[in-house]
Amino acid sequence: MSIRPRIAVIVFPGSNDDRDAAWALGALGADAHLVWHGEEALPRDTAAVVLPGGFSYGDYLRCGAIARFAPVLDAVRELAAAGGPVLGICNGFQILCEAGLLPGVLRRNRDLEFVCRDVRVRVERTDTVFTTRCEPGQELTIPVKHGEGSWYVDEDLYGELEAAGQLVLRYAEDCNGSVGDVAGVCNEERNVFGLMPHPEHAVDPLLGSGDGALLLAALVDAARGRTLATA
Amino acid sequence: MRVTVLVRPKQGILDPQGEAVGGSLRKLGFAVGGARVGRLVDLEVEATSSQEAKAQVERMCEELLANPLIESFEIEVADA
Repeated sequence: MSIRPRIAVIVFPGSNDDRDAAWALGALGADAHLVWHGEEALPRDTAAVVLPGGFSYGDYLRCGAIARFAPVLDAVRELAAAGGPVLGICNGFQILCEAGLLPGVLRRNRDLEFVCRDVRVRVERTDTVFTTRCEPGQELTIPVKHGEGSWYVDEDLYGELEAAGQLVLRYAEDCNGSVGDVAGVCNEERNVFGLMPHPEHAVDPLLGSGDGALLLAALVDAARGRTLATA
Repeated sequence: MRVTVLVRPKQGILDPQGEAVGGSLRKLGFAVGGARVGRLVDLEVEATSSQEAKAQVERMCEELLANPLIESFEIEVADA
């Protein structure tokens, strides 16, 4: 029987997709724990972390700008530095950018609209632990729901990230004015990944699409691999 | 010491909020060429000189109040 790796889902004041993320990870074989942002340590044997969607600290100042000072973020940084997978979804992506764990920044959508619909995203890179279950170029249907999801970097940095293969997901259609239609980015080491679409809302075809499960199940695979390696 | 921080979208960065505001003003009949929307932060800072206050607030801007990728900032220290 395969083990259920422990994945921490961080709960900030204002998070609202934490339970969906934990439920989806549980359904895909993980032992998901909700962890309050004020904690200074992650639960023992935590193999991966998810920063969920929502409006941490009311999105005050800039989305994600305040959450990056949460006590638990030090433990998340430590896990990331040790190679542990860290996934940021929507507000979690904004937090990872503000924390400097991912490049760029998420800005107000170009057309000022709150975008809330299914979008198609293309998998550009399968050499991250989050996309091992996808085929190169595969299109996934996953919902987005954000007002500030327009990812921005300047031209120079964009070129560097593209050359380094860090642009993992692109919208197959214009969504919010993101530079290069980028929907998801990883760090140089490829173990930290953020995306605006919500894979946790697309894990059952009954609700429209099961494509998000490909990303989350890959994360569970990676967490299981780490747990077995350190056992 | 009272310090005011003005945070602006950097030049050349698309500011959809400013465009919407500019468009609305033009619709109202005002002759507005362009509009950019930023943020203003009023601070009460403990410092013995305005230089010290400015240095402190500069660090605040770099660490939290502005995102250097997209925003520039300007610091005004009120005369004591």
